[in-house]
Amino acid sequence: MIHYWRDYQKEIAEDEFFYVRSCIRQNFFPGAENLFIDILRNKLGKKVFEDADHTTCTGIGYHSDIVPIETTMTVIARQFALMKERGYRNLVISCVTSFGLYSEILDLWKHDPALKTKIEGYLSEATGRSFDEPANMVHASDILYKFRYEIAEQAVNRLVNNETGLPLRVVDHIGCHYAKTFPERGIGGSEFPQVLTGLIKAWGGETVDYPERRHCCGFGFRQYILQSSRGYSISHSRTKLESMMPYEPDLIVANCPGCAMFLDRWQYTLEETDGSVYGPGRTKIPVVTHEELAGLVLGYDPWEIGLQTHQVPVEGLLDKIGIRYDPEKKYADRQGKLIGDTVAVTAIV
Amino acid sequence: MMPREKPYIKSNRQEIPAFAGMTSDAQPVTGNRQPVTVRVAVVGGGPAGMAAVGALAAMHIGVDWYEKEDRVGGKLNNYHQLFPDRVPASEAFGQLVKGTYHNHIDRHLGKAITSVGVNAGRISLNGKDHKIGEADAVILATGFDFFDARHKEEFGYGIYKHVITSADLETVFADGDKLLNVNGSAPASVAFVHCVGSRDEQVGVSYCSRLCCITGIKQAIQIRREYRETRVYNFYIDMRAFGRGYEELYREAQENHGVRFIRGRVSEASEDEQGRIRVKAEDTLMSRPIKLTVDWLVLLIGMSPSCSAVLSGKGEREKSFTNAENPLTGSAVKGQPGVFLAGCCAGPMSIPESVASGRSAAVQAAEYLNKKNGNSE
Repeated sequence: MIHYWRDYQKEIAEDEFFYVRSCIRQNFFPGAENLFIDILRNKLGKKVFEDADHTTCTGIGYHSDIVPIETTMTVIARQFALMKERGYRNLVISCVTSFGLYSEILDLWKHDPALKTKIEGYLSEATGRSFDEPANMVHASDILYKFRYEIAEQAVNRLVNNETGLPLRVVDHIGCHYAKTFPERGIGGSEFPQVLTGLIKAWGGETVDYPERRHCCGFGFRQYILQSSRGYSISHSRTKLESMMPYEPDLIVANCPGCAMFLDRWQYTLEETDGSVYGPGRTKIPVVTHEELAGLVLGYDPWEIGLQTHQVPVEGLLDKIGIRYDPEKKYADRQGKLIGDTVAVTAIV
Repeated sequence: MMPREKPYIKSNRQEIPAFAGMTSDAQPVTGNRQPVTVRVAVVGGGPAGMAAVGALAAMHIGVDWYEKEDRVGGKLNNYHQLFPDRVPASEAFGQLVKGTYHNHIDRHLGKAITSVGVNAGRISLNGKDHKIGEADAVILATGFDFFDARHKEEFGYGIYKHVITSADLETVFADGDKLLNVNGSAPASVAFVHCVGSRDEQVGVSYCSRLCCITGIKQAIQIRREYRETRVYNFYIDMRAFGRGYEELYREAQENHGVRFIRGRVSEASEDEQGRIRVKAEDTLMSRPIKLTVDWLVLLIGMSPSCSAVLSGKGEREKSFTNAENPLTGSAVKGQPGVFLAGCCAGPMSIPESVASGRSAAVQAAEYLNKKNGNSE
């Protein structure tokens, strides 16, 4: 344990969570958020509420300079109002972008109370609602961190190579907006964050400390959203992948939906572009989110939790851990009917 | 300072007895044992403290000299050579300690003073939970603490084995150790980072520590002298070579020793698979980001105040140095008659400045006692 990370301890509520989803996560990793709720409710016995009326936080629009900050604040104030109306005080945020934005807004209000009063007025005028700030506000990966040992006790699988008995080598990637803006809001701070390291170690794996560990995944909002800048996005992802390559990682885990998506999708693009493959033995490196990692440890069926929606095939990882799966059901719907087929992709070199 | 593992440093250290100068038989003791009526306490055994006690004794004032360690010399004991003339630190120590062998000086080693209290003209000196002594006046010469480089997390001090501080490097030189790369041979490259814990609002330090620039220059030259093939880089904000001979040394580093100075702050350091340090920085003269892999990264750590805790009695360090009542003209502490500051507890100072400050405080303490006892001349 690094001796000084006590400075970055964080209070995480024990129970009774109000959950807000992520635009990106529910689109690109559609099983992940239901899985998180299921783990909390059925494995850890916690009370979780999600309100069907909650909306985007506007984060992508805000970071693209499309949505003005007062609008963003009013939308977020509305999420707080929904939480208040449902009688909850502990907010759990799925998305790292949202978590950073909620944190930023609370910080702005703290330093400029008149701004908060103005937003209270806007919200009241537009919706007739009022809100309280959350008593406790954390990211979903913080919750898994808090209960990592309880999850370890119920583990069906460990992050250990089934054949060699060695710990899996895991790259942990933390979304920039988790702690780089407000280090004190992240477990372990921004330079040596512990939130995913804690999960990996508790579940039997080891983390890889590679030189570009703290580098951005490449998403960077405008880098990706503006098509003309998209080259910056992929080049940053390549910087990271090249840096981690000598360590031969077995998988990447990311707590930010954008990071998980770009580290996953861009591996395919890079292979298509110049034939580069960054995993050991000319395989690509599987990328999972923190919820999916917990799901695998707890023995959920990989196809039930949506791992077939990943660009990099996860079968190699499942084989390494020794997780059984039915290859035939990879693209089956919930009634067992096949809704697609594995398409053989030949790399264009 | 945290104890540091030095896995790739070839140790050549020989145990030197604690500067035996502190035992009465090592040096002739000077001064008559004539009774003295007033006593001044000096807290701190570094250069300012040594200068102050010597000056007080020469003025026939009795001195109780307190030092928290078991020997005097302070940080000088861990230094190798002093800039700009590369005088061995042991030589400077010898010159300073000579003046402290005097019958009017009683040494109290291993005594940490944590607070002082002024009451009816007498000053009490207290340890953690008991009174240690009394005096008619006190000179605080508690020096400075090195900035704890772990607070600048992005450099990985305490995490990466090949990230060290300027204080660590000075100990390496002083001990005659070798700075080797991971393979046990001479390092191919070493980088220095200036202003670690100085001029950095992020860690709550707004002031300049003044001496780190010249320390970086001196240590860079030392590395180039020891390892002619080693490339040495200094990342700086701007160079503040203010003292006698400093600017000349800066020029010498570039012209005679090939030290490369890069204007730009390092944004992060990380370890590669061989244990070398990868540095990301911006060269602000070239307007380009740069990446560099070096065998060692040396953080030029700043100076932190150390005597505010003694004055407040709260045991908590403050982030600013203690100001004298009239800092331009004197070293008396406001509201605490008879308490004077000497050396780096009043602000970052070089050794000659600390020595001058110590002697000056001694004169001011003597003037204070003269006035107090009605001996104004």
